[in-house]
Amino acid sequence: MSEATKAVVKDVTTMASPVSLKFRARAGKDLSRFLRGMKERRIVGRVCPSCNYVYVPPRGACPTCGCPMGDERVLPETGTITTFCIVNIPFEGQKLKPPYVCASVLLDGADVALFHLVGGCDVNEVRMGMRVRAEWVDEADAELSLETIRYFVPTGEPDRPLAQIREHI
Amino acid sequence: MSTFNTSREEIAIVSFVELSPAEASQLDEIETIQTIVSRATDGAGIARDRIGFTVSGSCDMLVGRPFSWIMAMDGAGVSKPIEESHVEMDGAWALYEAWVRLQHGDIDAALIYCFGANAAEDLMQVLALQLDPYYLAPTGINAAEVAALQASAMLASGATERQFAEVAVRAGLAVSVEAALAEPYLHRPLRASDLPRFSDGAAAMVIARGDYARSVCARPAWIQSMAHIADGHSLGARDLSKSPSLEKAARLAGVGAKATQIVEVHAPFGPQEVIALEALKQAGLSADAKVNPSGGTRAAQSVMVAGLAAIGRAASAIHRGEASRTVGHASSGPALQHNLIAVLEERS
Amino acid sequence: MKQRCAVLGIGQTHHAAKRGDLSMSGLVREAALRALDDAGMTFDEIDAVVMGKAPDFFEGVMTPELYLADALGAAGKPVFRVHTAGSVGGSTAIFATHLVTSGIHKRVLTLAWEKQSESNAMWALSPKYPFSPPTTAGAGGYFAPFVRAYIEFTGAPEHIGWQVAYKDRIHALKNPYAHLQMPEITIDMVKNSPVLWDPIRYLETCPSSDGAGAMILVSEDVAEASGKKVAWVHGTANRTEAILYPRRNQVLPQAGSDCAKALYKEAGITDPKREIDTAEIYVPFAWFEPMWLENIGLADANDGWKMVDSGDTMLGGRQPINPSGGVLSSNPIGASGMLRFLEAAHQVRGTAGEHQVEGAKKALGHAYGGGSQYFAMWIVGAEKP
Ligand SMILES: [Zn+2]
Repeated sequence: MSEATKAVVKDVTTMASPVSLKFRARAGKDLSRFLRGMKERRIVGRVCPSCNYVYVPPRGACPTCGCPMGDERVLPETGTITTFCIVNIPFEGQKLKPPYVCASVLLDGADVALFHLVGGCDVNEVRMGMRVRAEWVDEADAELSLETIRYFVPTGEPDRPLAQIREHI
Repeated sequence: MSTFNTSREEIAIVSFVELSPAEASQLDEIETIQTIVSRATDGAGIARDRIGFTVSGSCDMLVGRPFSWIMAMDGAGVSKPIEESHVEMDGAWALYEAWVRLQHGDIDAALIYCFGANAAEDLMQVLALQLDPYYLAPTGINAAEVAALQASAMLASGATERQFAEVAVRAGLAVSVEAALAEPYLHRPLRASDLPRFSDGAAAMVIARGDYARSVCARPAWIQSMAHIADGHSLGARDLSKSPSLEKAARLAGVGAKATQIVEVHAPFGPQEVIALEALKQAGLSADAKVNPSGGTRAAQSVMVAGLAAIGRAASAIHRGEASRTVGHASSGPALQHNLIAVLEERS
Repeated sequence: MKQRCAVLGIGQTHHAAKRGDLSMSGLVREAALRALDDAGMTFDEIDAVVMGKAPDFFEGVMTPELYLADALGAAGKPVFRVHTAGSVGGSTAIFATHLVTSGIHKRVLTLAWEKQSESNAMWALSPKYPFSPPTTAGAGGYFAPFVRAYIEFTGAPEHIGWQVAYKDRIHALKNPYAHLQMPEITIDMVKNSPVLWDPIRYLETCPSSDGAGAMILVSEDVAEASGKKVAWVHGTANRTEAILYPRRNQVLPQAGSDCAKALYKEAGITDPKREIDTAEIYVPFAWFEPMWLENIGLADANDGWKMVDSGDTMLGGRQPINPSGGVLSSNPIGASGMLRFLEAAHQVRGTAGEHQVEGAKKALGHAYGGGSQYFAMWIVGAEKP
């Protein structure tokens, strides 16, 4: 390197080596049925034939029993926030502008909480035990995705006591 | 100076299942694991509560998301905590960890499972991420081109393209040697029939100790020994036409101690099978051992599964009474860098 | 049947936000050479290398143990790679221990590392998956709801988080290898730092570090022939549970408490509150100190925060926790679990330097990973088990 070049080029300590890879994601049998429900703006869970727990979104197997899932069960669009986090931190690739709320929502009649977004109120109003319902995107925008639920919004009903949600964090 | 001791416990492969590529391609990871684990345990009459250790093998880079094996584990039914581990390697190394764990003599059986997704648009490019990130990967070379370099090194040291073609015929990737040799080069000197056909796949295995193994399996495939060795990485610093690591692993595992009837070799690229067999022969493999009677794994290669599949098939041959001593081989890394050998025997 | 295993050599890098002076190979070599030097050995004497690291997505190198074989003198040897998420440093050390206790090898180099400056963990941990809403927001986004639940259910006052964060940074000042060196740290600084993932504040969060940790694990005869002071492995345990099932307790996971029970049984410990002199536990967010203290039985249910509040967990306290400064002061993710294990070994050898807990005879190393699903722990002692 010439003295002139050295004057403008700092020591090379790193080099960028970008990698771009493309992958196909496969939803699998059970999740596919759930996603078809989403496109119709319906929440379709599944019942484990062995332990009778209701899973939503359904998974390819019951993690409790290790067996395939059983019958479908259409769930209401209302539920309770069991716990949540307010995201204030910006990061690369982020889709939403902070602050926003991510919450575990236990749908009425389900046995596992769904992790989703909360909207329609100030982030500081969100509480454990708060009652919420799904806010859907317009019918024309419904997709094979949980994003067909835009977010959950408060229903205004009284909060459920913490003792009732304690096991569903 | 180094110490390598072999098995102190009687440990056998008592159950092995793999998923067909067609079946695997319909399922997500959870469904895949649910299917193979239940077949390898319940399906083989092995009670889940006798399994004291579980190990899985998989690789995030195949699926395209970090921690991909964590979700997959739901298929194994793990709401009660289990003793468990995971290797970011082929399932054959998961078997190795399980085999080491059973040496302690306090548990009866271990479950091993692995899955490989053919989800990447260009798997040869994904596999190239195994290369040295500073000096090799930035050149843009892909995995097939690394294998082509290796094949060229072989030709320079006396191997022939006819040998490669013979391997292709054995793998069912060419109808005849002449047909293979008539194919155009894809990555000279490699032709289409020298490359693996990637597929989705999954496999599960149960290994067990002593009397418990005998109680669940009529003809257990006893693991006489296992050993694995890596070569150095830098392609320029290796004689790519040989596999010293495989030869050493085979010697440590005692491949040559007795006559072997069947060897299942896991070589992703055809010419590598020639290298692998030469290394095994140097280590004393019987000249008349049948090579890949299962058809081998190259016609439907599921990365991170194929190695365990080769060993599982070598075990299945003993389960079916077709052989009394078999050798299973698993490999990993660019240009056959890492090799594992399992020697399996029937015992009366 | 089972052979004894001892820690003969310990080495770690000087952890930093960016070790621009080292490549990934250089980073693992710095730790490995220090461990070999400590053991009075060379690479030639090593039988096998067992490596741990968190997702390959971080640095973009798939199965990096293969490329790193050259840097670790491992050509012609068995090289193994474990990956159990954040607990990997612990799980790696446990498999390496098993290679010795099974009698297969006598001298094993085990090593774990992460080079976060050559990756982007927030990006790698927050991918936008198809079919799902954009709820992933790094590890903090995942764990903050459980911290909230712990606070809500135990009634712990908010200064507990500040206090743990302050304590570990004060401890780090006594550890020359620690990444964060903040002599100016005060409780008010933690209290006034921004809330990133409510209720978790910036200074209650671990840093992103480049770093590696290594140990030489040996059989009893090799340990004795060395004539050196070693740390004896008294017990190891790991437990795993699924990420999501009905009524799963993610605040105090059963896998964590089962793991601790199995560990104490193997190590012959009946009263962990008294018999364990110090513990290095995996605390990436300050609130996890009281949570894990309860989970592994070093505090009674709902009392973890009181143990913190009383000062018991400070150096000089009844049962110092993370005298090295812990994950809150250095977090090369894949290495963090191994750093906990090797710091525990330092304590019982009496080689921890300024952060030595005086007279420590038994120490616990702990790591966890995934969605609080993977637990790996060991107990090391100054005396033979
Ligand atoms: Zn069930």
